[in-house]
Amino acid sequence: MADLYQLSAASLDALFTALQGDGRRILAPTDRDGRSELNPVHSAGEVAQDYIQTSLSAKETVFPKVEQLLSYDLAPGRVELAGATPRAEPTVVFGIRPCEAGGFQALDAVFNWDSRDAFFNARMANLAVIGIGCTRKDDACFCTSVGGGPGDTKGSDILLTPNPGGYLAEVLTDKGRAIQALAPELFAPAEAAGKAALLVDVPAAFDQPALTAGLPALFDGPLWDEQALRCIGCGACAFVCPTCVCFDIQEEADKQSGRRLRSWDSCGSSQFTLHASGHNPRATQGARWRQRVYHKFSYYPDRYGQLGCVGCGKCTRACPVDMNLKEHLVEASQATVEP
Amino acid sequence: MSEPNIYLPHLMRIAAITEEAPGVRTFRLEFVDEAAAQAFSFRTGQFGLYSAFGDGESTFCIASSPTRKGYIECTFREVGRVTAGLADKEVGDIVGFRGPYGNIFPIEDWKGKNLLFITGGIALPPLRSAIWNCLDLRDRFGDITIVYGARTVNDLVYKAELKEWAERPDVNLVLTVDPGGDTPEWTGKVGFVPPVVEQLAPSPVNTIALVCGPPIMIKLTMPILNKLGFAPENIYTTLENRMKCGVGKCGRCNTGSSYVCKDGPVYTLAQLGQLPAEY
Repeated sequence: MADLYQLSAASLDALFTALQGDGRRILAPTDRDGRSELNPVHSAGEVAQDYIQTSLSAKETVFPKVEQLLSYDLAPGRVELAGATPRAEPTVVFGIRPCEAGGFQALDAVFNWDSRDAFFNARMANLAVIGIGCTRKDDACFCTSVGGGPGDTKGSDILLTPNPGGYLAEVLTDKGRAIQALAPELFAPAEAAGKAALLVDVPAAFDQPALTAGLPALFDGPLWDEQALRCIGCGACAFVCPTCVCFDIQEEADKQSGRRLRSWDSCGSSQFTLHASGHNPRATQGARWRQRVYHKFSYYPDRYGQLGCVGCGKCTRACPVDMNLKEHLVEASQATVEP
Repeated sequence: MSEPNIYLPHLMRIAAITEEAPGVRTFRLEFVDEAAAQAFSFRTGQFGLYSAFGDGESTFCIASSPTRKGYIECTFREVGRVTAGLADKEVGDIVGFRGPYGNIFPIEDWKGKNLLFITGGIALPPLRSAIWNCLDLRDRFGDITIVYGARTVNDLVYKAELKEWAERPDVNLVLTVDPGGDTPEWTGKVGFVPPVVEQLAPSPVNTIALVCGPPIMIKLTMPILNKLGFAPENIYTTLENRMKCGVGKCGRCNTGSSYVCKDGPVYTLAQLGQLPAEY
């Protein structure tokens, strides 16, 4: 059970000062050219006021776009190999939405279900999340269809809910309590008073358990090809997704030295599964779109007992050909119940 | 970083290179680090990621048998950037190896069974590991039949070993090359692998079939085995989906909710029937 506090709007700046005094970097949404993105901030005044979501996701804090896994020096008959150490500076992500905060669990499921990924884990250990619940939404949002909600606490160490006095603060984890301990005077005890009424209402758009149960029977149907007709396979959806974890490993090298890099990849790319022989197990864009949907809504539940989607809608907002994940899932849900 | 870097390969010295066929080579690899060599073991069917430093990593099976200690072998065709980088290497050069990864051919369960190996082209290497594993434990198994085809006589890999298997009285080796791929000296069959299997009509009684080949060979061979009466539980294959991590994270080899790198690469036909045909 979370400890409840009232945090005044004016005290945020003091909280930021305390966090930086503890040696932590603060990343928060800031506005630039009409978009909100996570950037380093030093004072509360720099934080964007009027955002629904950042365009990119916070996964980059624990799973960078490109990161070095190892490096080497080459000489005739000799290789000097060195493993990389992740740069995992203590970081607080401030102001991301509950949907996105929940995405870290989906990443963790993949990175640690079997062998443990030291790069991801080093960054996760150094990350704390102060989420802010949602008072606004847009047409892309569907958190409540995938088990989340505008005030969901999953993945946040502290969750703030805007209220007339500033914020209702739920201190949820040991990491959250450690932040509170940096400036305990800012956190005034509060009563659990009508949190839901402070948040936006997001009606569920589809029945996710029924969709997940119905997907295997839809596998060979025409729906996926139809929905993917306009997909250009650009991968923007995967790159902005808080849970998309598929990656590539590439070499950057010359004759004397090199390094091995991990970078984001997308199952929507035609090259993702392409064999050197020319054979491609997912040869059409429809098959690749189906993989995206099934991975998140069928294979993840099968394998990890959770979804690979948090309903944030970032993919929909980023899609250059206006594919709308919520609408496509509603359509798939309808197909599962049709005879 | 307190946890180990799972992407860091072992350094391996190339102890021998065999030219198998046009563009196809076998490397014999020995661990540079003695402690790593001592700690290493694998079982037949497993694979690894091989590094050409400067070019990247590629996935191949371990083509040697775990009964042959002190080294591993891989066989590859020069076709992309990494295999071209590997092909440039000479004896004594250093490459990288991560593994062993993936599941195994359960040969412990096959005691007393007849074994039927069906393979084509560059797909013999994963079965070669199992073949030698079984031949090195020969008295545990019944009849051993190997059907192997290639486009041309020259494209057959492991030519010295094929000769050895042909001369062994305890191995029934059937070689075939595609029509037009034969030479005047060729004494084997001429024809594609699936009809050769059909003509051979091996008995399914007490027999395990291992099938590995190009997708078209597998596709056309399975119905024939089915018609001959082989149960899907007794037909094994090994998938070679594209991989980057090899350890169940990068998402590239996903076939349904199965990771080929973790739940495979070895599957029975019965298991494959539960997965989408995305391999």
